[in-house]
Amino acid sequence: MTLLAFVILLAAVVIGYVMNLRAARAIRDGGTRMHSLEGFHGGYAALMTLVPTFFLIIVWLLFQDTVITAIVKAGLPAGVLGGKGTGEVQLIMSEIRSIAGGRIFGTPEDWKLEAAEHLVALRELSGWLLVAVTAALASAMMYISRRTVAAEFRARQGVERILHGLMVSCAVVAIFVTIGIVASLLFETIRFFQMVPFWDFVLGTNWEPQIPIREDQVAAEGAFGMLPVFLGTLVIAFIAMFIATPIGLLSAVYLHEFASRRVRGVVKPVLEVLAGVPTVVYGFFAILVIAPAIRSFGDNFGLPIAPNTALAAGSVMGIMLIPFISSFADDALGAVPRSLRDGSLAVGATQAETISKVLFPAAIPGIVGGILLAVSRAIGETMIVVMAAGLIAKMTINPLDSVTTVTVQIVTLLIGDTAFDSPKTLAAFALGMVLFLMTLCINILALRIVRKYREIYD
Amino acid sequence: MFDVQKPETAVDQTAIKIAARNVQVFYGNTQAIKDVDVDIQDKTVTSFIGPSGCGKSTFLRCLNRMNDTIDSCRVEGEILLDGQDIYAPRVDPVQLRARVGMVFQKPNPFPKSIYDNVAYGPRIHGMARTKDEIDEVVEKSLRRAALWDEVKDRLDTPGTGLSGGQQQRLCIARAVATRPEVLLMDEPCSALDPIATAQVEELIDELKQRFSVVIVTHSMQQAARVSQKTAFFHLGNLVEYGDTNTIFTNPQDHRTESYITGRIG
Ligand SMILES: Nc1ncnc2c1ncn2[C@@H]1O[C@H](COP(=O)(O)OP(=O)(O)O)[C@@H](O)[C@H]1O
Ligand SMILES: [Mg+2]
Repeated sequence: MTLLAFVILLAAVVIGYVMNLRAARAIRDGGTRMHSLEGFHGGYAALMTLVPTFFLIIVWLLFQDTVITAIVKAGLPAGVLGGKGTGEVQLIMSEIRSIAGGRIFGTPEDWKLEAAEHLVALRELSGWLLVAVTAALASAMMYISRRTVAAEFRARQGVERILHGLMVSCAVVAIFVTIGIVASLLFETIRFFQMVPFWDFVLGTNWEPQIPIREDQVAAEGAFGMLPVFLGTLVIAFIAMFIATPIGLLSAVYLHEFASRRVRGVVKPVLEVLAGVPTVVYGFFAILVIAPAIRSFGDNFGLPIAPNTALAAGSVMGIMLIPFISSFADDALGAVPRSLRDGSLAVGATQAETISKVLFPAAIPGIVGGILLAVSRAIGETMIVVMAAGLIAKMTINPLDSVTTVTVQIVTLLIGDTAFDSPKTLAAFALGMVLFLMTLCINILALRIVRKYREIYD
Repeated sequence: MFDVQKPETAVDQTAIKIAARNVQVFYGNTQAIKDVDVDIQDKTVTSFIGPSGCGKSTFLRCLNRMNDTIDSCRVEGEILLDGQDIYAPRVDPVQLRARVGMVFQKPNPFPKSIYDNVAYGPRIHGMARTKDEIDEVVEKSLRRAALWDEVKDRLDTPGTGLSGGQQQRLCIARAVATRPEVLLMDEPCSALDPIATAQVEELIDELKQRFSVVIVTHSMQQAARVSQKTAFFHLGNLVEYGDTNTIFTNPQDHRTESYITGRIG
């Protein structure tokens, strides 16, 4: 049914386009000078038909289920829902829906079967209604735009206005999605803080979110101090950046300035492959190669080393970030005008002096931006740390100890029993909020630095 | 061979600073410069003129080995600076460029302060060590580039914030700060307005007191105004070279004559 509506829409668009095009051509052939080319008259009709009708179909599809469910619910025999909580009502409605879909379990009561039939009928009706409304709206729009065809009609501006409006609405959608995501995060976070005091979370040094689910379970009270988790994230991100920044930058400088074309032709694709490796694979690498290596290295010196070290997770994450930083720095260096390099060489600077004194400072905004984005990624990276970092939150900055990170804790909190009203689950949202705020701050910082250097260097 | 005298003594107009012999330049397989022989005199302004694409810039860039930075470029023949072959294997192009400075067509100040732009060369070459010495070099160079009075109160503002003409004079100051013996200028006025052009031309006249100046220009009036010697290039050949007066009043080659009278463009 939906498909049919789309076919009608498509046909209307094509017909509207052709009709307006023909009409405009006829006017032009009649010898009148047109304000806009015929194509714009056609395009105007197409857009005038497409945009509102498409919008209508989308809205219809989005809301039809809600409306139909409401009608079915209203049509249920009096009393069957009496005294039931929202959860139970929802269960009943989804049972009716699955009966309507042909999946019948056991022997449902008669009123449920009736309701299911009602539902099917309504869906059928809604489908036909959609087709009818689509056809009506599309032909109305076609008619309206056909009426506009005239020598002095500004179809070109009309088309531009519609396209402009479309672009604005896309931007608005993006903004609203962002706001929606942040709002849902914020909402759950607030619920969390109703159960756990804010300062206990922010300043607490103890993270033990395992709360007894049943009365008879023996478990700790549950402590939600985020500091050790936060610290773990910082330690791992720091190790990662400590490895990725110098290697990434120097490899970019080498590739950009010194490498012969042949070397560049080999190394660049290799770096790109590195960037394309899924993070799960990096996780394997951390567990199977790096962690044992660190451990046997430590054994040689008699150092006791935890099986999951921050060093292993951080260094593998650093390897992951190398191509990221390197490609940013490469682009930034490439954007420095050749004339600056020539100017430096022409006063007798060596290539290394030219790079460090002229190219690098000029490329700094791009490089710093890249590094900060890499930091954001390091903080938000999940898979590698889930596999290679530990689970137990420890207040330590020792890279050879096992630490846990914000992302790891979010994953563990949401795996398994998830009742969305226990502080254990809601803590995940609070941690998510922390993560979001961290990356937000870093990105703002990145923008500020870039802007500051722009002011100096423009 | 010539004695390398630091010519604070009487100006020897005929001392030859750069001698090019049988120079060929190739970009890949295409030849951009053919059999060029030229003697550039010390303390003289020499101008290179000719239609675009005839190889003026290419030849100019041979004189301080800036062509080394272009992978496909190959130079053959001999170019002697004070009698020494600058393409000899033991010559360091980096040191050569400190002796043979260059100013480019488009002003290219570094994204640094005016002060740091001028101090860049002296610092790199260790010519001035203390703050006072650097201050002095910066002031002297900016004065020499006729820019001092305009910028002396804002030496720490970015060089890229100056106007086009000021930027070009800043680049000249940057080039003279390393105290080169030869100054190469590739169409230094092509991006400037007439007033800035006049200032730069005046400057070039000053500079020839101390340096040998080679200037590429597509303006024949400019060549006539600033230079004592003129070389006319055409399709990679050096067609005619001589006193500027002679070239403009009594050219020997018909191609020179057609170019000067505006028939080759
Ligand atoms: N980097 C380069 N690579 C290849 N060919 C070049 C390059 N630079 C200049 N050429 C060629 O060499 C010739 C001379 O160029 P150029 O010296 O810039 O001329 P002019 O400065 O007299 O206008 C031109 O034909 C030009 O296309
Ligand atoms: Mg040129």
